[in-house]
Amino acid sequence: MREKESIYLPKLAELVRTEGLTERERLFELKLRNGDELGHQPGQFVELSIFGVGEAPLSISSSPTKKGSFEVGVRAVGNVTNALHRLEKGATVGIRGPFGNGFPLDRLKGQDVLIVAGGIGLVPLRSLVNYIEDNRQDFGRVLLLFGCRTLQEQLFVGELDHWRASKDFEYYESVDRCEDPSWKGQVGVITTLFPQFTIAPEKTYAVIVGPPVMYRFVIAECKNKGIPDDQILLSLERRMKCGVGKCGHCQINNVYVCQEGPVFTYSELKNLEEAI
Amino acid sequence: MKYEVITKEDLPPFVNGLLSEIEVVGVKRKDGKFYFDRIESYDELCLDYDVTLIPPKKYLLPPNETLLKFSLGEAIQVEPFIDAAPRIILGVHPYDIKAIELMDAVFSDSNPDANYMERRRNTVIVGVDCRNPSPNAFCPSMGTATTETGFDLMLTDIGEQYVVAIGSEKGEELLKKHARTRQATEADLAQRKAVREEALAKYKLSIKAAVEEIPELLERNYDHPLWEELAAKCLSCGSCTMVCPTCVCFDVQDDVELNLTGGWRFRQWDSCMLQGFAKVATGENFREDRTSRLRHRYFRKGNYMLKRYGKLGCVGCGRCIGACLAEIASPVEAYNRLKEGS
Repeated sequence: MREKESIYLPKLAELVRTEGLTERERLFELKLRNGDELGHQPGQFVELSIFGVGEAPLSISSSPTKKGSFEVGVRAVGNVTNALHRLEKGATVGIRGPFGNGFPLDRLKGQDVLIVAGGIGLVPLRSLVNYIEDNRQDFGRVLLLFGCRTLQEQLFVGELDHWRASKDFEYYESVDRCEDPSWKGQVGVITTLFPQFTIAPEKTYAVIVGPPVMYRFVIAECKNKGIPDDQILLSLERRMKCGVGKCGHCQINNVYVCQEGPVFTYSELKNLEEAI
Repeated sequence: MKYEVITKEDLPPFVNGLLSEIEVVGVKRKDGKFYFDRIESYDELCLDYDVTLIPPKKYLLPPNETLLKFSLGEAIQVEPFIDAAPRIILGVHPYDIKAIELMDAVFSDSNPDANYMERRRNTVIVGVDCRNPSPNAFCPSMGTATTETGFDLMLTDIGEQYVVAIGSEKGEELLKKHARTRQATEADLAQRKAVREEALAKYKLSIKAAVEEIPELLERNYDHPLWEELAAKCLSCGSCTMVCPTCVCFDVQDDVELNLTGGWRFRQWDSCMLQGFAKVATGENFREDRTSRLRHRYFRKGNYMLKRYGKLGCVGCGRCIGACLAEIASPVEAYNRLKEGS
């Protein structure tokens, strides 16, 4: 078999807009220079290059229903992400992907969806929330749970306002700690939101993205509510270099997160050592 | 398969003929050790050796390889870079050929890797049967002491002459063009068989489990105390993976020219035994403790690769046994310990 082109060759993309989300996170809107759509599914990721610095795997934060460009929400934490934060509008970056499986939209359609976002877990989940909003008739009840450590760490605050007011979503939120007296919302970890609602577990899919420490507690709450293991979906973070199943970094036992994931059902993960 | 015979007198003209046409890499000897290197003439070549320090993998997946070149500045341009100069690797042992077959599976799987595939297509493999195996080798246990696939030509030393098995059209062409040979007789082939069997008896190490048992043996023993015992001595140096013919994991980095007008992206060998291998930018490390890294290596070789690519990730060359400073990298000892304990 002759390969069409190098799987390591990025397409060039232009940074068309950047927006601060929190002190540590920014949103970057990107447009492929050749005019192509990225062609992604919610929950997929790209490898973003800053030439001379390197490449990093980043969740796509926008819905494919938004045409012409796409967005990544990024915390400045490593070489590439810090360099990205220093870029200005008009800058050129490289994009490979989209990679990974994304959220299983075919399975979610017609069902109730319980979205659980912890901190920057909202970045990939926003691609799903926005997709659902643009195809609202395809889904049943949609519950949206968002928890983060402090009010200052809340991202997409404009959209949070919109979701609070929207009839499309049943929105619940919490912050772990809060000293701001004007905050009238829930104070506590995200699991404290679960007693506030009831669901029909047999037709509910939970979609959970957050820090690894959050998973076991939220999974337990989902099981408490009676959601079957194969209807609990999680997206996993791993070190990745290639994104295409070659470099070996993202392996969990025999599973390549960049190929079979990053989205897995709890049934797939519960007997997979080292997964969470 | 077709078989020819070439006399030992006719071998130098054959190799020198190849050298007149294409780059030839062969095994050289230095201070009692063997290594693959480019040869300029037949005289440098060693065809009777036990094992090389580093496998011929380095010619298919170089330790450091440029993947892209880019220009920086106002208009960034980026292009793929593939160095796939034609080359013959001469004198590859069967276990290393088996390892190359596994690499072929890895790099052609789902998203074919153009850098590897292009280089592989331009590489001719001339094997040689191993008559005097390394004391650390356990190829018969892994079914890799001989091979009938994966080569263009395969030589077997039967005394005053070599039997040459023809594995591809390309190999046949090169043989026809550069060598004086005759068709092998029944007697030659009988001798070839005898030589191969004689070599089998020289291996010192063997695994007490059948090769088919290994994946399941590991699976049953994921939580065996052995992993922790070995990890307590492990230096996390990565030597076992650096000499392994089936270790294919790599890191990717960028570098820039001193004048900052451009740069290149390269990959280099990486090792799952190193502490940072599974660590993400936020600091989370998914195989932080040595035990999980050591176990991952054993499982990757003896289980995961088979499931994913249909071939076991260990070919029995024993290089890891020789390279490990802490003397804990031996698959033979690990598998035997698990087998005895089960």
